[in-house]
Amino acid sequence: MNTELHTSVTPIHTAPGIATAARVTPTLPSPSDAPTSVPRQELHQLRYNAGAHVRKAYWNEPTMTLWERSYLPEILRGLTITTGIFLRNMFKWVTGRKGALTTYYPEEKRADYAPRNRGKHILTQRPDGSPQCIACNMCATVCPAKVIEIEVGFDVNDPAHPKSPVRFEIDYSRCVFCGLCIEACPEDAIRMVQDVPELVSNDRFNMWLTMEEMLTWNPQSDVLKPYPPKGGKPIVGAPVNRDESRGGVSSTH
Amino acid sequence: MLPDLSITLVFIAGSIGLLMGFGGLLTWVERKQAAVMSDRIGANRAYIRIPFTNMKLVWLGLFHGMADGLKMLLKEDFKPRTYDQLAYTLAPYVVFAPVLLVFAVIPFGGMIDPGKILPSLAGFFEGRTYPMQVANLSAGILVVFAFSGLTILGTMLAGWSSDNKFSLLGGLRAGSQMISYELVMGLTVMGLILVFGTVDLRDMVNQQSGMIGGFLPAWGLFYQPLAAILFLTAAIAENKRIPFDLPEAESELVAGYYTEYSAMKMGLFMFAEFIEIAIVAALFATLFLGGYNLPYMNDAGFTLPGGNTIAISHGFVVLLQLFTFLAKIFLLCVFQIQIRWSLPRFRYDQMLSFAWKLLLPITLVNLAITAVIVWIKDGAR
Repeated sequence: MNTELHTSVTPIHTAPGIATAARVTPTLPSPSDAPTSVPRQELHQLRYNAGAHVRKAYWNEPTMTLWERSYLPEILRGLTITTGIFLRNMFKWVTGRKGALTTYYPEEKRADYAPRNRGKHILTQRPDGSPQCIACNMCATVCPAKVIEIEVGFDVNDPAHPKSPVRFEIDYSRCVFCGLCIEACPEDAIRMVQDVPELVSNDRFNMWLTMEEMLTWNPQSDVLKPYPPKGGKPIVGAPVNRDESRGGVSSTH
Repeated sequence: MLPDLSITLVFIAGSIGLLMGFGGLLTWVERKQAAVMSDRIGANRAYIRIPFTNMKLVWLGLFHGMADGLKMLLKEDFKPRTYDQLAYTLAPYVVFAPVLLVFAVIPFGGMIDPGKILPSLAGFFEGRTYPMQVANLSAGILVVFAFSGLTILGTMLAGWSSDNKFSLLGGLRAGSQMISYELVMGLTVMGLILVFGTVDLRDMVNQQSGMIGGFLPAWGLFYQPLAAILFLTAAIAENKRIPFDLPEAESELVAGYYTEYSAMKMGLFMFAEFIEIAIVAALFATLFLGGYNLPYMNDAGFTLPGGNTIAISHGFVVLLQLFTFLAKIFLLCVFQIQIRWSLPRFRYDQMLSFAWKLLLPITLVNLAITAVIVWIKDGAR
C-alpha cells in the first residue's frame, strides 16, 4: 500500500538523473536546497508535496494476515503454548521430576559449568606437598579488589625457599575473578580452576577461602609439574575435578 | 430477629474471610503459576522453623505471602509532602472497600435451612430458611456495577492527591480506561439480563440450573458466548491487569497512581487488585457458569437430561454448592493469572481504541441480536 503512495509522489527539486532513486525514498528538500526566495510556508507545502507526511516504507514492513489481525485466535494460541508448558511442568513435578531449569544453588550444584569457567583459586604444591607460593605478595599487590591476605612465614632450614605463606586467604565476597593474581604470580603458585567454592553463608566474614581449601587441588597429571605430589604431608580433601575433558584442570600460564 | 442477625453475621464473616483468603492465596498462586509456566521454580525460601527444633516448614513457599504482609505492615509509611493529605490517606480505602462490598450481592449457595444441618439449633431457627448470600437484593447486578464504579474514584483520588506527575498520569489513564471498559462490561451483561429477564443474581443462577434443548446446561455461557468473552476481557481491563495495566505500567509510569504509596497503603492497592480477581471470577461464574450449581443441579438435587432426578440430602447440597462455587472461582482465577502472564501489554491508544472501536460495537451488535431473538421467542409481540 505504501509503495503505491511512493510511486505517485513526484520528487521536486531533484535532478532527473536521480529521480529513480528518489522514488523509493523521497528526498525532502531541506532549507538549504530551497531557493532563498521561497517563503517558509511555501517551503512547508513543498515538503508536503515531496512526501514528508508519508511514513517511510521499510523493507521488512510487518504484515499480518486477517487471521492474525482478528486477535482472538492468536491469543488463544499463545495461551495454549503457556498452558502447555505449565501443564508439562506440573506433570513433571507430580511425577517427581523437576520441570524447572533452575538449580537450587547451595543444595544443588550445576554439572554444566562452562569448560573455561574460572571460579575458584587453588594453590599448587611442590612434590613434597608444601605450597609452591613464596609469599612474595605480588598477587596481593596486583589484586584490584584487594582481597588477598598473606601472612609470611620464614624457614632458615630451607635456603631454596625461605619464605612461605603461613596464612593465605582470599575474600570471595569481594573477589572480582579477574585472574590478575594468576598473571602476576612468578612461581605459578596460584591458579584458577573450573570449580566454584562452597562458601554460601549469611555472614560475609565466612566467605574467606582459606589456604587449606586452596591446597586441596590434586590432579592426576600436569604438564608442568610432577603431579600428584609424592610424600610430604597428605593432601586434605578430595580431588576437585578429575574430568579433564572439561578442560578445567590444566590451565598452565 | 436474632436468628436472622446471627446468620447474616456468619455470612459476612465467611465472605470477608473467603475474600481475604483468596487475596492472600492468589499472591502465592500468581507467583508459582508464573514460575511454573516459564520453567522456573518460584519463591520457595521463606520458612517457619518449629521452635526449639531444626525443622523448617517451607510448604512450597506459602509463607512468602505472610512474609510480604509482615514486611508491608512493618515498613515505614512514607508520606509525600502533598497538599491534600486527606485524599491521599483516603484513597486506598476507597479502592479497597467497594471491592469487598461487591461480594455482598453474589450468591455463594442456594437456600440453607440451618435447623436441618445443625439439629441442636432447630429450635432457635424455627425452620426458617435463608439464601446463602450476604444481601439478597433484587437489584443484584446493578449494585455490582454501582460499587465497582466507586473504585475509579479511589484510583483517581490516589493519582490526583499524590502530587506526582507519574501518579497523575496513572490516575488519568485509570479513569479513562475504567470508564471505557465499564461501559463495555455493563452492555455485555445487558444481553444476559434480556435472556433471563431479571437483574437478581440469585434468580439468574436458579434459571441456569435448567437445560437448553434438553441436554445443554442452561448456562449464560451457552446463551451468550460472545458476551462471556467480552465480559471477561472488560473485567480484566477493569481490574487494570496485564494486558491492560496501562495505569500502572512500570516501564512508563513507575507504579502509576500508587507510585507515592508505601507500606500497607500500597499493600491495600495490591490486595484490592488480587481480591478483584476473585470477584471477577465469582461474577463470571455467577453470570455465565451457573453460579454455585453443578450442571443440571438445583437446590433439591440433580435433574439429568433424560428426565431422571437424583435427590440428595440438604446438608450435602449445601456443601456441594459451596465447594462448587469455590472451585469455579479458583479455576477462573487461575485462568486470569494465565492470561496475565501470557499476553503483552497494549499501547495506550491501542487499548482505548480496542474498547471504543472494537469491543463496544461488537457488544452493541450482540445486544441487538439478543434483543431481536428474545423478542421473537416471546411471540414477536
